Amino acid sequence: MITQKTIGWAIGLVALLLLPFLTQLVFPETDRYYLHLIIQILIWAFIYTGWSLMGRFGLTSLGHGAFTGIGAYVTVLLWNFAGITPWIGIPVAMIVATIAGLLVGYPCFRLRITGHYFALLTLAFTEFIRLCIIGLRDWTGGSLGTQPARHGDGLSFFAFQFEPNRVLAYYIVLVIWLVGLAIWIKVDRSMDRYALDAASQDEDAAASVGIDVTREKLKITALSAAMCAFGGAIYGQYQMYIGPETIAGLGVSLNIVFAVIAGGIWSLFGPTFGAVFTQVLAEALRVGLRGSETLSKLLGQSALALDTFIYGLLLVLFIIYMPKGVVGTLAERFRRKSGA
Amino acid sequence: MLGLFSSLDCSLDIFFVEALINGVLLAGLLALLALGLNLIFGVIDVVWICYAELVMIGMYAIFFFVQKVGVPLPVAFLLGIGIVAIAGALLHDLVIRPVLDQPPINQLLVTGGVLFLLQAAATMAFGIEFRNLGISLGSVNFGDMSFAWSRIITFAVALGAMILLWQFLTRTYIGTAIRAISQDRQIMPLMGVDQKKIYLATSAIGGGLAGLAACLMVLQYDIYPQIGLQFGPLTFMICVLGGLGNMVGGFVAAFIIAQFITIGGSCVATEWGYAVAFLFFMLVIFVRPQGLFGAKS
Repeated sequence: MITQKTIGWAIGLVALLLLPFLTQLVFPETDRYYLHLIIQILIWAFIYTGWSLMGRFGLTSLGHGAFTGIGAYVTVLLWNFAGITPWIGIPVAMIVATIAGLLVGYPCFRLRITGHYFALLTLAFTEFIRLCIIGLRDWTGGSLGTQPARHGDGLSFFAFQFEPNRVLAYYIVLVIWLVGLAIWIKVDRSMDRYALDAASQDEDAAASVGIDVTREKLKITALSAAMCAFGGAIYGQYQMYIGPETIAGLGVSLNIVFAVIAGGIWSLFGPTFGAVFTQVLAEALRVGLRGSETLSKLLGQSALALDTFIYGLLLVLFIIYMPKGVVGTLAERFRRKSGA
Repeated sequence: MLGLFSSLDCSLDIFFVEALINGVLLAGLLALLALGLNLIFGVIDVVWICYAELVMIGMYAIFFFVQKVGVPLPVAFLLGIGIVAIAGALLHDLVIRPVLDQPPINQLLVTGGVLFLLQAAATMAFGIEFRNLGISLGSVNFGDMSFAWSRIITFAVALGAMILLWQFLTRTYIGTAIRAISQDRQIMPLMGVDQKKIYLATSAIGGGLAGLAACLMVLQYDIYPQIGLQFGPLTFMICVLGGLGNMVGGFVAAFIIAQFITIGGSCVATEWGYAVAFLFFMLVIFVRPQGLFGAKS
């Protein structure tokens, strides 16, 4: 049966597949820049979707900056120092991140650490990983970050390096993003989702009807950590640079949480919208400021901080007035209208 | 640094004792930072993720008044404390109050938005350069050990502030009301205590404590927009370790964490001191989730 929804999906998919050619057509000179922006959006959208799997069940983790960091650093370090291809390195990084997630998650879930305490504990975990990355500076380059060693001309199947070919990079991250959405839908339709929903409302009641709360939470943590580690690894492979502030640490954790909340934590496209919103906002302000004489004269170098300022302000407004996020609020309006 | 732990040769020598005492001095500052956060959590039941950013604002305010306006340092200190106290009250009134009915985690996250906002505002106003007042108070020497006066003063003032706060909470009407409301949020409004007023007063006092911490920190640290990220996570960790809202617990936890940082820092490297402190924190919470001194709920 062909429904309106299937048609919508098909049109969207075709549009996304043709996107590189469209950008080439519309922006013949600057299409590389626009593709770069879109690729970044998709990578972050995948990471945000991975976080939202946990976040939507009340597990507000500030530890996902650690998972993306582990994903990026383990992959790059294995390649740089052991010559292990990312085809093996990325799965290893995902396993490491999953184990780390389970090690932190198990005691938390057994002891029922939730809310503030869970957020602050996972925050400590993020800081621990970031400090380890900085401390191991002989390998990681410390606060300056490091780069994956280029294999040949930088376009290599063996080393999973695809940065010079933007169109190829776009299709790779498009597939990854779609897989992320598929995972979200699969979780959304699973029994685990109902179990976790119940547990997030009332753990005792959930346990009394036979839900193994700890086990359910661990399952979703493992999935979420592995996804974020994968996203972090892809980020490193595409950017060809990783730093403790750009892919690990509290700043990344907070960015993840806020982008998802701004977009909508309970909707399929909420995290993606959050990624579009934050990336486009940052870029538009950057480009806009560079173009504007008065603003750049007024603020000079520090004009770069204006996007963070507006971002922070919007986040505060979003949480106060739109706790369901943009997508969630719009969907609710739409439903109310069509229902009435 | 060749090997990771090649320099791990700490014995009970003079440097160890020096690190130990410096740890105690650092603990005073950390305890003061934790105190304000604990007060606010205990009374209003929210965590200000942007607490260390309020301290940063205070530091920049003092820097601004001393370097750009040219007022004497003590006046700048008072202005700094006042500005952060007002900022604390504003934070409560504009940001926290509208979300008091939302899930606790939203209250925590909304202050995270403020964190970004304040950091960016500081960057725009003062740039990303490291600033300092250029004041050196010298140091005091005991044999081969040397301790900066700024640290000793910080410790003394922090201790004094804690005693003063304790006096305030136990001796005055509003202090008693604050303690009462932290014990039972539902009953106190029925007893004729204006909850809104108490929340606002508590936020201002919490902000004032952050301002005081800012006064002490400009004496020893460079000012830069990201300084909050250096002290913020540490402060949360101390509060949780001592039991969120438990002021005495936070005080003891500050001493434990400070020792990890200074001894670890002097034996290996600064970041490993911090890393071990965070690891220790996680392990303790896994054994005692309510914190070292928190009551079991």
